[in-house]
Amino acid sequence: MATSAKMSTPRRAKHVQISSLLASAPMAIVAIGVFVVCVGYSVVLSFTKSRLFPNFNWVGLDQYERLWGTSRWVVSVENLLVYGVLFIALCLISGFFMAVFLDQKVRFESGFRTLFLYPYAMSLVVTGLVWQWMMEPSLGIQNVVQRMGWESFEFAPLVSSEYAIYGVLIAAVWQSSGLVMALMLAGLRGIDGEIWKASRVDGIPTWKTYLFIVLPMMRPVMITSVVLLAVGVVRVYDLIVAQTGGGPGMSTEMPAKFVIDHITARGNVGLGMAAATMMLLPVLLVIGPWIYREYVRPTKH
Amino acid sequence: MEQIQLAGPQGPKPKKTTVSRLGVYVFLFSAAIFFCIPLYVMLVTSLKGMPEIRLGELFALPGDPSFAAWVKAWGEACSGVECNGIQTGFWNSVKITIPSVAISIIIGSINGYALSFWRFKGSNMLFGLLLFGAFVPFQVVIFPLIIFLREVGLYGSLTGIILIHTIFGMPIMTLLFRNYFASLPDELFKAARVDGANFWQIFFQIMMPLSIPVTVVAVILQTTGIWNDYLLGLIFAGRDNLPMTVQLNNIVATTFGVREYNVNMAATILTALVPLAIYLLSGKYFVRGIAAGAVKG
Repeated sequence: MATSAKMSTPRRAKHVQISSLLASAPMAIVAIGVFVVCVGYSVVLSFTKSRLFPNFNWVGLDQYERLWGTSRWVVSVENLLVYGVLFIALCLISGFFMAVFLDQKVRFESGFRTLFLYPYAMSLVVTGLVWQWMMEPSLGIQNVVQRMGWESFEFAPLVSSEYAIYGVLIAAVWQSSGLVMALMLAGLRGIDGEIWKASRVDGIPTWKTYLFIVLPMMRPVMITSVVLLAVGVVRVYDLIVAQTGGGPGMSTEMPAKFVIDHITARGNVGLGMAAATMMLLPVLLVIGPWIYREYVRPTKH
Repeated sequence: MEQIQLAGPQGPKPKKTTVSRLGVYVFLFSAAIFFCIPLYVMLVTSLKGMPEIRLGELFALPGDPSFAAWVKAWGEACSGVECNGIQTGFWNSVKITIPSVAISIIIGSINGYALSFWRFKGSNMLFGLLLFGAFVPFQVVIFPLIIFLREVGLYGSLTGIILIHTIFGMPIMTLLFRNYFASLPDELFKAARVDGANFWQIFFQIMMPLSIPVTVVAVILQTTGIWNDYLLGLIFAGRDNLPMTVQLNNIVATTFGVREYNVNMAATILTALVPLAIYLLSGKYFVRGIAAGAVKG
């Protein structure tokens, strides 16, 4: 038996070659052509003086020096950090709570689920525009509450450079926390019922069971959620364009917008590509090893 | 009463549950209100006239509901110089989405099939690279792709944007189908091989009919994703093919003088309508699509 299994493998492999390679051609072209060559090309351009059109006048790390000396870039990175940390934390917390409360055998469960998740189906442009309208100082929520008698009430974050980023944050969490809820709810449903019985027998209160037993068991779901949210954070562009346009001032500028602005309107490809490379770096460092471990390294069996 | 409480541990339990139950529902209802407000505001605003909007009663129901703003948003609203409403964008999005979804799914399913049953040397490596593409920020590859499309004369064309969506859809589509085919029993494939079926025969006659459920997930995932795209459409579609999201943003941003909030909100709803309908109709499949998007093997 062992020999026949051994023999069948190389034979199969030989047969395979042509059709399989042919069928894999689009994948190979995209994988190598786009995700290797294009990325490489971008990185190379970041070391050149390219302005509106690419050229290969090598300038070493000059663009990176300029980049980190550009206040708009530094502000963008700071904004991204503040926004990213709060966004991920808030989505995880609210998503977890929604999932836990939905998991209590409540009435209208599917109705609540539908409501919590629908924003995720909508585009970030739509999200940005709706929240911009509600945060409008003279006609939006602020005005309604003030008219009800609470004269000093303020809720127009988008007009103040100090709070605009939190206005964007509210919209982003509104759009994405349902996603975490859906993933976590699936995770909760996947947990063995025996755990609950055991903790009940031991007289452990429900909240403690959730916090100290169930939550640690949900590690894979949490990692998935964080990866998904983090990818969205680095890419955040549409929401900013629709809701604030990066303003007021530079208060909601983001790296993704910095790159697009520099390769289009500002015609400064070298600097834009240096910024893009900086965006790539954390992704490469975190996702690279994970992909390698999970998918590339041949599985043993 | 006291006796019953003392009699058994079941006594106090129901009472305790009702209090915490109430808390559960209070939480869920407040969350539901938070999630509903934007949709509600969009809807009531779009049904009001401008004089009513200027009263500043954001949450009030429209006194004299009318679809005038919807009609205007669909057919007359101005984006830039043109005043044809958002319908141009709608049809552009349809023209972009349908072929992009179809092509990316066809290619993704063949890739996934080849990766699960017909591994060749280096196929894992290729897949790893492709998967890496699911995480790469678009900004890193956009510029080289602009140059490439310009060189081959597809920049700013319908074909160009379809090609771009196919490229960016490929990692996740391949992963989705690869994982699905990997979950099928190996015997199925072996039996077909013993019967002498070749690569394409197995794909068309066995794998394709079996992959209807995963294809539904793929269609939902890609349709909502491509319909909601803004950045790629903005950059690659060209002036004549701008998708609905881009046109919506243009309409809202380029209103000079009086801002017609009712028209803006109607246009916003119209843009959200297609993905919302998909979400409401597909239910569980949508969630499954998200889970698949979570890149979990």
